[in-house]
Amino acid sequence: MSGKVRITIDGKAIETAAGEKILWAALDNGIYIPHLCSIRENHSPFASCRLCFVEIEGYPGPVTACTEGAAEGMAVRTRSERVDRLVRTGFEMIMSNHRTECGVCPKNRSCALQKIAKERGLRLKPGRLEKLDRNLPVDDTAESIIYDPNKCVLCGRCVWTCKKTGSGTLGFAKRGFDRMVTTFLEAPLGESGCSGCSACAEACPVGALALKR
Amino acid sequence: MQLTEEERKEAVEKSREILARYDGSRGGLIPALQQIQDVLGYVPAEAMREAAGHFGMPAVDVYGVVTFYNQFRLTPPGRHQVKVCMGTACHMKGGNIIMESWERVLKVKVGETTPDREFSLERVACVGCCTMAPVALVNETVHGKMTPTKVDGLYFSHQLANQQKKEGMPE
Ligand code: FES
Ligand code: FES
Repeated sequence: MSGKVRITIDGKAIETAAGEKILWAALDNGIYIPHLCSIRENHSPFASCRLCFVEIEGYPGPVTACTEGAAEGMAVRTRSERVDRLVRTGFEMIMSNHRTECGVCPKNRSCALQKIAKERGLRLKPGRLEKLDRNLPVDDTAESIIYDPNKCVLCGRCVWTCKKTGSGTLGFAKRGFDRMVTTFLEAPLGESGCSGCSACAEACPVGALALKR
Repeated sequence: MQLTEEERKEAVEKSREILARYDGSRGGLIPALQQIQDVLGYVPAEAMREAAGHFGMPAVDVYGVVTFYNQFRLTPPGRHQVKVCMGTACHMKGGNIIMESWERVLKVKVGETTPDREFSLERVACVGCCTMAPVALVNETVHGKMTPTKVDGLYFSHQLANQQKKEGMPE
């Protein structure tokens, strides 16, 4: 990364490090872009949540802000008809198998999904899509954390964090609709060799992994 | 699925033997797992642990690979292998109903083996006889135009044959 570049986001002039991802440049400057899966320290973003779309002048179509590096003179727009459509559909799909029980959820009011809905005027109901609850058992075997896989949005933040600073217990398993964050042989967290550092609960943007109250 | 002490030992030994042929680079993981399955017929937990150690990765990531691909099985194959077709034609003709019927009579879920190791249940993609959809295979025999009652019938005749074999074979 060499020096600073000037870009504009929604018309606002911003100075940022060359190559800094648009998502972080925007957030640092008080411009909100929906995001679930990005982690600032992770320099190879998964770009799996597909919610951070922006338009960049001269680009044929919307791109994910968490993967696009800033370059001198870039003109970024966080909203457009195409962006809104992609975000709305992506969000609906996530909500279609997210167990929504905000009233009793430990992340109520600090949940990234609530924030996205509020910022973008979207509904927490999946809209056109059917709600599919996976009905998986909630795991409360660990000492300090509780894991409700039915709320998981598969962003991968916990998996990354667990590998970086935890005991490497969490990972992805299975495929398609059955895809889930779990442990070796799907052992309950309490028996999985989890060190209980609860970094995953901190990383989780929704209420899937949360600290026990 | 409970494994016997002997099976566990065999799993560890065979896995080590196979893994020794691979250097530690991660590209070897899938071929090694395939070879393990070729020899053991499935990929037991012990083998996954060995592989994780060999390739220097968390065991959960090996589990992730094994559960991602349909070709890997986690439980030993049964003496009778039931494969229910979930290809396009069979899917349209209610393959999932046939699968549910097998799950009901065998009391296991797809991908599992009955505790007596008599049956294992799997899903397959098109087996090439879509005109007979929905299709199920028991070992190598194709059964077409399956219905839940046919599933009951097949299971029953296997039980019967087994019983007769037992009776006809005094110890
Ligand atoms: S934050 Fe960019 S795709 Fe998830
Ligand atoms: S789809 Fe089942 S045999 Fe072709």
